[in-house]
Amino acid sequence: MKRLSLVPNKGRHFRGSGIWEGARRISPTSGWRDLNLQEVWEHRELLYFLVWRDIRVRYKQTLIGVAWSVVQPLFTMLIFTAFFGMLAKLPSDKLPYPLFYYAALLPWTYFSGALQQVTNTMIEHQRVITKVYFPRVILPLAAVLAGLVDFAVAVPLLAGMMVIYGIVPGFAMLLLPAFLLLAVVTAFAVGLWLSALNAIYRDVRYVVPFFIQCWMFASPVVYPSSLVPEHWRALYGINPMAGVIEGFRWAVLGQGQAPMLLGVSLLTVLIVLVGGLLYFQRMEGTIVDVV
Amino acid sequence: MSGAVIRAEGVGKRYRIGQRERYRTLRDVLARVVGRRDGINGNCPTGGPSADAEHIWALRDVSFEVQQGEILGFIGRNGAGKSTILRILSRITRPTKGWADIRGRVGSLLEVGTGFHPELTGRENIYLNGAILGMKKVEIDRKLDEIVAFAEVERFVETPVKYYSSGMYMRLAFAVAAHLEPEILLVDEVLAVGDVGFQAKCMGKVGDVAREGRTVLFVSHQLNQIRRLCQRTIWLDSGSIREIGSTAEVVSIYERVMSSGRWNGLERPGDPRVKARFLRWGIVEPRSPQGNVLRRDGPVAIKFVVQVNDTLANVVHGIGLYDNERQLLWGTAVNRLRLECGTQELVYKLPNLPLRPAAYNWRVTLFDEDRLVDDWECVPELLIATTPMTHWSDEWAGTLNIPYDFSVIAATEEGR
Repeated sequence: MKRLSLVPNKGRHFRGSGIWEGARRISPTSGWRDLNLQEVWEHRELLYFLVWRDIRVRYKQTLIGVAWSVVQPLFTMLIFTAFFGMLAKLPSDKLPYPLFYYAALLPWTYFSGALQQVTNTMIEHQRVITKVYFPRVILPLAAVLAGLVDFAVAVPLLAGMMVIYGIVPGFAMLLLPAFLLLAVVTAFAVGLWLSALNAIYRDVRYVVPFFIQCWMFASPVVYPSSLVPEHWRALYGINPMAGVIEGFRWAVLGQGQAPMLLGVSLLTVLIVLVGGLLYFQRMEGTIVDVV
Repeated sequence: MSGAVIRAEGVGKRYRIGQRERYRTLRDVLARVVGRRDGINGNCPTGGPSADAEHIWALRDVSFEVQQGEILGFIGRNGAGKSTILRILSRITRPTKGWADIRGRVGSLLEVGTGFHPELTGRENIYLNGAILGMKKVEIDRKLDEIVAFAEVERFVETPVKYYSSGMYMRLAFAVAAHLEPEILLVDEVLAVGDVGFQAKCMGKVGDVAREGRTVLFVSHQLNQIRRLCQRTIWLDSGSIREIGSTAEVVSIYERVMSSGRWNGLERPGDPRVKARFLRWGIVEPRSPQGNVLRRDGPVAIKFVVQVNDTLANVVHGIGLYDNERQLLWGTAVNRLRLECGTQELVYKLPNLPLRPAAYNWRVTLFDEDRLVDDWECVPELLIATTPMTHWSDEWAGTLNIPYDFSVIAATEEGR
């Protein structure tokens, strides 16, 4: 057999050699240039099927299925209205408490649910990832996207409440998808870290619920961001969910400070996302050795 | 223009010992940072260093080329690195050293039914599993009927697979995989599914794939499958290529070495870094020059020799006996066993072992609490060479070789 001795050239393909045009190099190194977004795009159908499966299974298994997606934010809203609103009399930027809380709980419920799902995704798919290759980043992506269905189911209640309270949304309403997108990207960016970390350190998932709870109080869910002193506001914006939630209130109810916080929020998300992609990329080649 | 589609150079893969079983916890890492080291040092005088920092090479300097349209077989004992090479070529894990170039769309079949969800129907699982294996939706649309027919589950397409029998489940799972059309197919012993008829169908399908000019890398323990399918074969031994060449040549060398009964040559080296390890096995009673061949019917005693490096107080020990079709014939387990430091023999005494003359495999395991300590696919095979007492035709002989006495007696009045 002809044995060619070729010098390993650090992960580059044999460009120009002709013989190995289109060949894929499998090597120990995993770097930035291996982050192959085109490959992820080629697997978009798999992403679709994974999201679709999550949704189907979720609604097949739980009896109250769809209802649960509304019950959770609804009851949280009622509890917040009773305790933080009517008893503690926290300010709400002059908005009716139920609306004030529900508008925030809508993105927050999505976000916290997505974070919990995404944390476990690599472990959950342990059998799959040890047997088949596909860009691993599809898994956290599918986990955060599947949660959007719950979100969609909970939206009509908000519309109903707006009608009851006679609130007419302005043009800002058109920006709602942008804020939702920011929430999705944030969940994905943080999820990249959590899912990879959880695969390596299996106790991360016990920390995550506590982490989420702390994050909620660091976000303007139970209080308006106007409560935060002016000179701290920019720092507060480091929390992207602060931008998302204020953005929601602002877009839906025409109240709040969204645009102020947003710039800082975007920057944070970008840093966490790029860092997360790099970290995930570094881990994905060997993650199957530890799950 | 070279016809090579895979070229591997010096591929090596290193695992941390115990890595496959033990994941880390953040707590441990934090504890270590704080300075409290609680590594598990062996408490035996002969105990090796802490297992924590140790590594083993599952693959070492493996180089080969595969030509387009070739079917290349991989043989070797369990743990020889056969599956690891497929995992690296399919990009499931990265090599620690070396590199491999692959030209063409790779499909891997390391397991059938990957990603199947019990709550979803047969049809839904076909789409899901197909997408996971790398098929496009249009491709699945086109092949759906064919897949369903191949699996023989037409009537149950809309039934959740949790209601399927295990046979149906496996057939459906394989059917999806069999319709994968990559340019390079990596297959790991998944053909041993379902009944004999279905297995033959699967083998035929793999043969078809190869005839269509696709390249197949095929791992199997069943040497006759390898013989039938592969032109060239690689024998992997402890992570390195021991032989590479034409299938007929390599398989016959492999068989000769495996059945030569060279006792010491087949003994597993005791590894001081693990808590306990099976070293060898043999038939003690009835005595025979070859410790793996049983020639006489009657009481049998079999021993499994274990080197214990670290006294184990609460061991679960399991044993299984398989035929060469990987059918489990007998299995049992002993709980709450205490194994002292040193070399121990686990001895089984059986009134007889009434198996039909053929080759069989023992598999023995040791668990410390829940943690796997050793899982040994025993080498050499158990060869039963007793006098057959079964039907002369294979078809009617069955698995057991039960001595019997037959007579015809005229029935008395009371017996009626």
